[in-house]
Amino acid sequence: MLQLKNITWSIPDGDEIIKGIDLNLDEGKLIVVTGPNGGGKTSLAKLIAGIETISSGNIIFDGEDITNLDITERAKCGIAFAFQQPVRFKGLTVRDLLELASDEPLSHTEACNLLGRVGLCANNYLNRELNASLSGGEIKRIEIASVLARKAKLSIFDEPEAGIDLWSFSKLVETFEDLRKQQSGTLLVISHQERILSIADKIVVIADGKVRSAGPREEILPSLLKDEMFKFCPMGKEESK
Amino acid sequence: MNDMTKQLLSMISDFDEKFEGAFNIREDSGCAGRQSSANIKITDKKDLPGIEIHIKPGTKGEKVYIPACVTHGDVNDLVYNDFYVGEDADVVIVAGCGVHSDSHAEARHNGIHRFFLEKNAKVLYEEKHIGTGNGKGEKNIDPVTDIFLADDAVMEMDTVQLGGVDKSLRKTSAKLGARAKLIVRERIMTDGEEYAKTDFDVSMDGEDSSVDLISRSVAKGHSYQEFLSTLNGKNRCSGHSECDAILVDNGTVNAAPALEASHVDAALIHEAAIGKIAGEQILKLRSLGLTEEEAQDRIIQGFLK
Ligand SMILES: Nc1ncnc2c1ncn2[C@@H]1O[C@H](COP(=O)(O)OP(=O)(O)OP(=O)(O)O)[C@@H](O)[C@H]1O
Ligand SMILES: [Mg+2]
Repeated sequence: MLQLKNITWSIPDGDEIIKGIDLNLDEGKLIVVTGPNGGGKTSLAKLIAGIETISSGNIIFDGEDITNLDITERAKCGIAFAFQQPVRFKGLTVRDLLELASDEPLSHTEACNLLGRVGLCANNYLNRELNASLSGGEIKRIEIASVLARKAKLSIFDEPEAGIDLWSFSKLVETFEDLRKQQSGTLLVISHQERILSIADKIVVIADGKVRSAGPREEILPSLLKDEMFKFCPMGKEESK
Repeated sequence: MNDMTKQLLSMISDFDEKFEGAFNIREDSGCAGRQSSANIKITDKKDLPGIEIHIKPGTKGEKVYIPACVTHGDVNDLVYNDFYVGEDADVVIVAGCGVHSDSHAEARHNGIHRFFLEKNAKVLYEEKHIGTGNGKGEKNIDPVTDIFLADDAVMEMDTVQLGGVDKSLRKTSAKLGARAKLIVRERIMTDGEEYAKTDFDVSMDGEDSSVDLISRSVAKGHSYQEFLSTLNGKNRCSGHSECDAILVDNGTVNAAPALEASHVDAALIHEAAIGKIAGEQILKLRSLGLTEEEAQDRIIQGFLK
């Protein structure tokens, strides 16, 4: 359903960050992208969502070339993206954000369901402003809920585990499993967590702007855990021999 | 009252063909309707144009409306209104001003309001400003508000001006007694060539008095806004002022907050932030399917809510 064809991305007047990535994501699957810090995972997600524009290559989504579509158009095509670092807004409430995301007013029950999937109670949060008063883990979970609310064809989550507590994390893993079971869209989750890796259909390892390895979980996970994959420096660059 | 006044009234208050309770409607420097209630007496001022509003001690849960409308150009309305709020009263005062001009002539309203709150009185004061009409004549509103709070009195002032007013100069001063509390929430949006200035001067004279001043503004087009505030702490007291401004297009905002403390236990804080809408906020809303323009409008709407 999503094909990346030899995409590259360089920062203006700067380094090449994504160095030619080819990737095929299958419909209804849970794909987990992992790899060392600074390897290019968030960059890749931003390129898919249209937040950054690729320097070369093509992106095909549902058979359509979306390379030249901007972020709004891609959102309307069915791509949703939960930011690694959620954005705060003075004056917008949790309810406002969720309603913008689902594009319709939410009943209390619907809001409860949505927030419940990330371990939050609607009664306590719906009217809270998305300002600095929300804790890091709270705003992170609201960010995830805003993407769940979109019921998108492709939902991308950038390190959903970051900063959230054990209980909410378990809830989240359950939510991802449910979504996959219901075949409701394709999930692309960027994660460093073994528990998320262990529910993946496919694992993609990205380091130094390239796909280091990709394949079914059974194939990739054992070698990841055995640390065979990382004969790299901390940045994921291959060590020169 | 004329149709334009009716239109303006419905924009600046919850007017729906009539007001409930006490009210005085000022139209083009005249009076277009007045009603007193058992507890709230409205009378003409003796020496100057304007009215006196006397609210009996202990009056609770009543609302009084004192809107002013200028419905055509070539009106320069000046009015002095005094509010006397008795001990333990707890009321809502809805002011507000609509100015309309379809001609080349200036339409201006200048309202000088004084509030005298007795001990333990509480007032919520709401004031909405609006300018309408396509005339070249300037639509100007220059409110002056002087507030005197006796011990334990509380005044909450909510002011909104969201467009259409070419020039506005708002001057607000307050003197607070012991444990008195002043809360001001101001929201302003200017566009085009509009100019808006607000100037607060609050004197915390009484022990444990407090003030919380929150201003949120958006300057679009080539508009210009100035925000001046001086909090004077003359006793053990706490003062907080916050000025948050968003710039769009070529808007300009100049914020000059001042704190003056002349008592060792005066605690005064000021926060100010001016800038354009954060790019990531726009990106987040666009990733939910909004266009760039829709995202900007939604962020501003929330910010000024
Ligand atoms: N706008 C930018 N300007 C300069 N460098 C950038 C920019 N965006 C990304 N980078 C660099 O590109 C590299 C990849 O960053 P990216 O955020 O994609 O990594 P990541 O794999 O998501 O890392 P992490 O696991 O820490 O989240 C990093 O070295 C980062 O510093
Ligand atoms: Mg990242």
